[in-house]
Amino acid sequence: MTASAQDVAGDLADVRIGVVTFPGSLDDGDAARAVRLAGGSPVALWHGTHDLEAVDAVILPGGFSYGDYLRAGAIASFSPIMREIIDAARRGLPVLGICNGFQVLCEAGLLPGALTRNAHLHFRNRDQCLRIEARTAWTGDFEPGAEIVVPVKNGEGRYVAGAEVLAAVEAEGRVLARYVGANPNGSSRDIAGVTDSTGRIVGLMPHPEHAVEALTGPSTDGLGFFTSILASILGARAVSTG
Amino acid sequence: MKIDTVEAAGRTPDQEQPHAALGLRGDEYQRIRDILDRRPTSAELAMYSVMWSEHCSYKSSKVHLRPFGDLPSSERLMVGIGENAGVVDIGDGYAVTFKAESHNHPSYVEPYQGAATGVGGIVRDILTMGARPLAVMDPLRFGPPEAADTARVLPGVVAGVGGYGNCLGLPNIGGELVFDGCYAGNPLVNVLCVGVMRHEDIKLARAPGPGNAVIIFGSRTGPDGIGGASILASETFEDQKPTKRPSVQVGDPFTEKLLIECCLEIFAADLVVGIQDFGAAGLSCATTELASAGTGGMHVVLDEVPLRDQTMTCEEILMSESQERMCAIVEPDKVDGFLAICAKWEVRAAVIGTVNDSGRLTVEWRGEQIVDVPPRTVAHDGPVYERPLSRPDDQDALQADTPDRLSRPSSADELRDTLLGLIAHPNLADKTWVTEQYDSYVRGNTVLSQPEDAGVLRIDEQTHRGIALSTDGNGRYGRLDPYVGAQLAVAEAYRNVAVTGATPIAITDCLNFGSPEEPGVMWQFAESIRGIADACRELGLPVTGGNVSFYNQTGDVAIHPTPVIGVLGVLDDVRLRLRQGLGRAAGEQIALLGTTRAEFGGSQWAGIMHGHLGGLPPTADLAAEARLAGVLAQAAARQWLTAAHDVSDGGLAATLTESVLRYGVGAQISLPGDRFVALFSESAGRALVAGTAYGLAALEVACTEARVPVTRIGTVGGDELAIDGVTPIPLADLRTAWTDALPRLFGAVTPP
Repeated sequence: MTASAQDVAGDLADVRIGVVTFPGSLDDGDAARAVRLAGGSPVALWHGTHDLEAVDAVILPGGFSYGDYLRAGAIASFSPIMREIIDAARRGLPVLGICNGFQVLCEAGLLPGALTRNAHLHFRNRDQCLRIEARTAWTGDFEPGAEIVVPVKNGEGRYVAGAEVLAAVEAEGRVLARYVGANPNGSSRDIAGVTDSTGRIVGLMPHPEHAVEALTGPSTDGLGFFTSILASILGARAVSTG
Repeated sequence: MKIDTVEAAGRTPDQEQPHAALGLRGDEYQRIRDILDRRPTSAELAMYSVMWSEHCSYKSSKVHLRPFGDLPSSERLMVGIGENAGVVDIGDGYAVTFKAESHNHPSYVEPYQGAATGVGGIVRDILTMGARPLAVMDPLRFGPPEAADTARVLPGVVAGVGGYGNCLGLPNIGGELVFDGCYAGNPLVNVLCVGVMRHEDIKLARAPGPGNAVIIFGSRTGPDGIGGASILASETFEDQKPTKRPSVQVGDPFTEKLLIECCLEIFAADLVVGIQDFGAAGLSCATTELASAGTGGMHVVLDEVPLRDQTMTCEEILMSESQERMCAIVEPDKVDGFLAICAKWEVRAAVIGTVNDSGRLTVEWRGEQIVDVPPRTVAHDGPVYERPLSRPDDQDALQADTPDRLSRPSSADELRDTLLGLIAHPNLADKTWVTEQYDSYVRGNTVLSQPEDAGVLRIDEQTHRGIALSTDGNGRYGRLDPYVGAQLAVAEAYRNVAVTGATPIAITDCLNFGSPEEPGVMWQFAESIRGIADACRELGLPVTGGNVSFYNQTGDVAIHPTPVIGVLGVLDDVRLRLRQGLGRAAGEQIALLGTTRAEFGGSQWAGIMHGHLGGLPPTADLAAEARLAGVLAQAAARQWLTAAHDVSDGGLAATLTESVLRYGVGAQISLPGDRFVALFSESAGRALVAGTAYGLAALEVACTEARVPVTRIGTVGGDELAIDGVTPIPLADLRTAWTDALPRLFGAVTPP
C-alpha cells in the first residue's frame, strides 16, 4: 500500500456509520458488514438509548422491528434512538433506511409516502434490477442512470403516496431508484426508493447490503451505497477543514 | 375450585379418572398407580399422559431405533441421540448442531400456524444446544397438485414457513417439494434447522446443583395445545368456563427472535447450567427432563408461571404447549444477571422453582401439593412396545408389477414430449413460486440455496470454512422396498452434499410413517431404520438424532414410508463450492459420472406418465456413492470443475434441464446406449459434471483411480437443449414448461 492509499484507508476507517438494532431487526449484521467492506467503521446503536455515539451517518436496517405490529416501522419510529436520529437528520445527519428502515423513515415523517402490502400479497425475494436516478450522499459513486442488481425481499414493499406527493417527488428528482423490468410488489411508478430534498435522508426497499460480496450476493453492486456515503463524509470533512 | 392434591389422591384411591380419554391404556394407567403407589392426582395424570404419548415417549419406535446407537463411534460426534439435537465437530473449534422435526398434523388442520410453529419448535431445539441458529430447510410433501385440498394446504404452509422463518432472520437454504396422492389429507411438513457454536459453548438439558433456580422465560403460558387437559377440566371439575380450547398453537416469531438474541447473550455471559425449550408437553416435559438428567429433584411453584389466561387450571398449565418459551437452570448468584438480560430484550422471565436432591419433582399450586413424582418415571420410563410387524400382503404383488410393461417413447418427437411433460410436472418443475417467499440472503453467509443441490453456508468469514446441507427422501422408493428406499434417501442427501464439493460427515432423520398399530407399517418402519443404519455404517456417518412421526394416514390408508434424511457436510473453503449451472466458463465439456442401468421402478417417469408404482427401486450401491463423493471433493478442491449436479428424480433429463436453465446456456448432448434409459432412468450414484478440457482430463484420471465410471456426453453452448436422437428444445420453450407449473396451480405471482 502506498503512503497515500494508507492515508485514505485510515481516513475511511475514521468514518463511523451507526447501524441501529431495534427488537426484531434482522439485517443489522449485514449492514455493518457492508460498511466494513467499504472501508468504514460500523457502530452498533441500540434502540433503547438516546446516544448516537458521535456517528457520521446512520443506517436503519431491514427486518421486522417490533414484529411489524401495528404497521411496519410504526413502533420503531417512536423509539428513543429515533428521537435523536430525527433531530440529527433534520440538522443534516445522513440516514439510509433499508426495507424496514425505509418504512421507519416514512412512519417518522422524514420521507414522503408509505410502504404497503405487496400487490400480490406474498413475501417475495428475488434478484432485482434497479436504475439509480437521484444523486445523493448515498449514491454519489454510481453513474447517473446506472442499472444495478440487488436482492429485493419484503412482504410490505409497495410504495404508495398521494398524487400530489408523487408528482412533487418526480418533479424534484427525488426518486432515488426505480425497478427495471418486472415491478416486484406493485409500487407506484416503479419506485424502489426516495430521497429527501437534501439528498442526505434516503429510503430504499431493496437490499444493497446483501450485494457486497460475489460469494454471497447476486452482484457487488450494493457496495456503491456504502462507498458513496464514506466518500461524501470525507468530502464534507475536507471542505470544512480545508 | 377444588384442587386434586397429592393428599387427596392418597385418601380417595377409587376416584375414577379419565385415563382413556387422555390416551392412556388401562395397563399404562395401572403402571402409573404402581409407580406412585396411589392413584395419580389429575395434574400427575396430565403429565404422564402427555409424556407417555407416542409423540413424546417414542414407545412404539424405541426398540427399532437401537441400530442407530449401535453404529461405530465417530470422532466428529460431540453430542449424540437423546439431547435436543446432535452436535458434530466441523473443525477450527466450531461445532454444528442440526435436526429436523415434523409438524404434519397441525399443518393439515391449520396450514399457516402449523407450519410456522414447526419452524419455531425446531429453531428452539437448536438454540437450546447453545448454538446460534443459522438457517432452516423445509422438506414438504402434499397430495395431488391439482387437488382442491392441496390448494388449501400448500399456500398456507409455504406462507407459514416463510412468515416465521423470515421474521426470525434465518435464511431458508433448501428443502423439497413433492406431490403424491398418498399425502392427500396428510401433508408432511418437516423443518430442519442448523446452528453453530464454539466447542466449549455446548449446553445440555439438565438441572444440576441443589439450590439452583428454575426460570421460565419467553411468552406467557396460555391455553393452547391442551386438548387433553380440557378433558380433565370438564370431567374432574364442575367449573363454568368454556372447555373447548384451540388445540393448534399460534406462533409469535417476534418473541422468538427476542428469545434467540436474549439466550445467546445469556450463554455468552455464562449464566446457565442447564437449559431446555418448551415443546410438546410444555412444562411437564421440560421440568421432568431437566430434573431427571440433573441432580434428580426439583420443586416448582406453579403460581409463579406467568399466564396469559388467569382462569387456567393447574393441569392446563402443566400441559400447555404455548410457543416461544424456555426453561433455564441458573445458579443463585447469577439470577439477577440473567433477569437483567431478559429485561434488556423485553423478554418476560420468572423464577418458578428450585433444584433439589430429593429425587422427586414436586409441584405446588395455590399452597397445595399437586405433583410428587420421580421425574425419571415421567420422562424416560414410559411404556415401550414391541408392536407386531409383518411384511404387507401386497408387497410381493407390488414388486412383481414392474414398469417393464409400460409403453416407452422412442421417436425423437416422443422423447422430446416425454422430457417436456416430465419437467413440467410439479414434482420436477421450477420451485421458485415457493422459494421466492423465503428470505435466502439474511445474515449474509448463504453461499448456495435453492435451486442448488444443497444449501451452503459460510461459517467463518476469515477462514472461509463452511457447511453444506441437503434433505432428501423418496416415499415411492420406500413403498416398493423400505430398506432400499431408506438407503436411497441417505444416498441422495449424501450425494447432494457431495456435488457441492463438501465432505459429508453426519446425518439426521425425520421418519414419517403411518400407524404403528398397523403391522405392515411397523415392518416398513423397522426396515427403514435398518436401511438407514446400514447405509450410515457403510458411509461412516453417525446418526446425530432424529424425529419419529407416526399416524400419518388418511382413514385407514397410510402414507408411503417417508424417511427424510438430512446430511451435513463440511467445506474447508466455501469459495471452492461447485454449482449446478452450465455456462460459467468458456469451452465447457460435459461428463456423466456413475453407472446408468434401466431402473424405472418408482421413477417419476412411471408415476407422471403412467400413474404407475411397482417393481423395485433403483439399486443402492453405497460404496459407489462414497467413491463418487471422494472424486467430487477432490475435483472441487483442485478446481477441475465448473459445474456439478446430482442425477436423481426424473433422471438425466431433469438434471440437464436444471443445469441449462440455471444461467440460460444450452448444451449439445450425445448419449450412449438406449436414449430413453439414458434420459429417464433414476439409477443412483450419478452426477453430471462440466469443466474445461484440462479439468475434465484431470477428473478422468482421478475417476479411473477411484473406479468411478465417467462418460463424456457433450458440450456447453447455444440456446437449445440438443440431445442426439431427441428433437432439439429451444431454451425458451424448456423454461416455459419448467417455470409455469406451480404458478399455474397456485396463482401467478406477477403483480397486476
